[in-house]
Amino acid sequence: MSLLALNPLVKPDIGLLFWTTVTFLILLVLLRKFAWKPILNAVKAREASIDNALASAENAREEMAQLKSDNEKILKEAREERDAILKEAREIKENTINEAKEKAAGEAKRILEDAQEQIENQKMAAITELKNQVGEISIAIAEKILRDELADKGKQQALVDEQLKDFNLN
Amino acid sequence: MHKLLNFSALASLTVLLSTNAPLYAQGHEEHGHKGHEHIITVHEDVEVHGERFPETENEEGDYDPTPVIMHHIQDAHSFHIYGEGHEAVSVPLPVILWTEKGLVTFMSSEFHHDSHGHHVVEKKGMYFVNYHEDIFQLERPDETLTLDEEGHPTNTQPLDFSITKNVFTLFLACILLFLIFGTAARKYKNAGHKVPRGIASFVEPLVVYVRDDIAKANVGEKKHEKYMPYLLTLFFLIWVINLMGLIPFFPFSANLTGNIAFTMSLAVIAMFVVSFSGGKAYWKHIFFPKPWGVWPILMPIEFASNVIIKFFALMIRLFANITAGHIIVLSLISLVFIFQSVGMAAVAVPFALFISVLELLVAALQAYIFTLLVALFIGQAVADDHH
Repeated sequence: MSLLALNPLVKPDIGLLFWTTVTFLILLVLLRKFAWKPILNAVKAREASIDNALASAENAREEMAQLKSDNEKILKEAREERDAILKEAREIKENTINEAKEKAAGEAKRILEDAQEQIENQKMAAITELKNQVGEISIAIAEKILRDELADKGKQQALVDEQLKDFNLN
Repeated sequence: MHKLLNFSALASLTVLLSTNAPLYAQGHEEHGHKGHEHIITVHEDVEVHGERFPETENEEGDYDPTPVIMHHIQDAHSFHIYGEGHEAVSVPLPVILWTEKGLVTFMSSEFHHDSHGHHVVEKKGMYFVNYHEDIFQLERPDETLTLDEEGHPTNTQPLDFSITKNVFTLFLACILLFLIFGTAARKYKNAGHKVPRGIASFVEPLVVYVRDDIAKANVGEKKHEKYMPYLLTLFFLIWVINLMGLIPFFPFSANLTGNIAFTMSLAVIAMFVVSFSGGKAYWKHIFFPKPWGVWPILMPIEFASNVIIKFFALMIRLFANITAGHIIVLSLISLVFIFQSVGMAAVAVPFALFISVLELLVAALQAYIFTLLVALFIGQAVADDHH
């Protein structure tokens, strides 16, 4: 205690000890009720609301991303469908053209064949007619010659022979 | 880490005691010749007190700043504003004494600025004198104080619960804190989830700082909320009183956080808070430290360190730091009177200004350290598992 007796600076005063303890405890109770609780609660509530806001913003962003990817998916599908339709159409077109070409070629061939047949027929008819006419002409010539030549019997015979040599046809 | 701090606090205490003790052994009085060349002049009744009292001049006739400085950093029963002796202007404060005849109250002005044990105040048939801001009780009104060899009166001392300068400062600080934080708290009511304006926007970062960097960081995320009101009150009370002590005029300037009774009171409260927070693991660690071989040595060390020394260091650290700051500023200003030259002010004032600015930092720092360490001790006490 001689140390304490030496210097009044380190001699605690009972009065100040008492007042400090009492005042501190009262101050603690009062400030807790009227200052610390309201301030800390408000700060805490605000921090919670900020956290919520951030979380919901994050959610919204995720939803947006989801929507965007959905859109892209739909768009992709639509594009694929369009491509498929176009491809199909192109195939149909080509088929149609090919078919038409084939059909046309067939038709042309048929027409050609018909025409050839007809030509052949007509040729045959013309030949037949020619034959008939040649026959008739021959008969007429023969008749005429006969008429002229018959007057002379030898001559008639010579003529017939000569004629027959010339008309050795078909 | 705190063991190192304990050591430094004890070292600063030793330095403080060794520097002041010899000065104080000279006596306790502010006395001097009523010379015109001196700023400090005191009334002349030297013979009553004998050579036990210090003088504002020493034997060589030079100015001695010690009594003035000691007067400023110690408690007083009235709030001195300016002037010396009977011409002094001061605010009287209530004197509250607990005597064998019960409670005695009167205003400190009844001592008529006397703190040398002369002016006797009679109450309920008892006689009281103020001797260096300690109240002593005399048997008869014409009796003088009996001093022992060390200069301490042997007369009876009633229990002194006076509203002294320091208690007044404490109340003022409480009112200030209540106004500041009460007003701030009210701003939150209408603000909803928005950031409040005005004083609350100034106060909030500080409160959040104490919560996040002191309480949460040291007590822990889960358990800190219970201790928040205590830590906040502690931090802001110490800080505000530190700052009030730096303002050199009425109603501030009291060296309350540099008073051992004040810091002792806070340290004892901290001791109770920490000890009652201590869980099973904490007390097991104190009473049954391992390894068992050194248990007889380790147990007393652990007990003393955790239950006494930690808080003793808290008490000394705040007291020594704040008192030292006040002493340095006053010593620098005293240079003007020691050299008896106004020109000295050109040196003393810039230095005192520098130290005062440094003290602004120390004011916040000491409040922070005190609160931080209490939070750290609470954190150690509430920790579930050690090592």
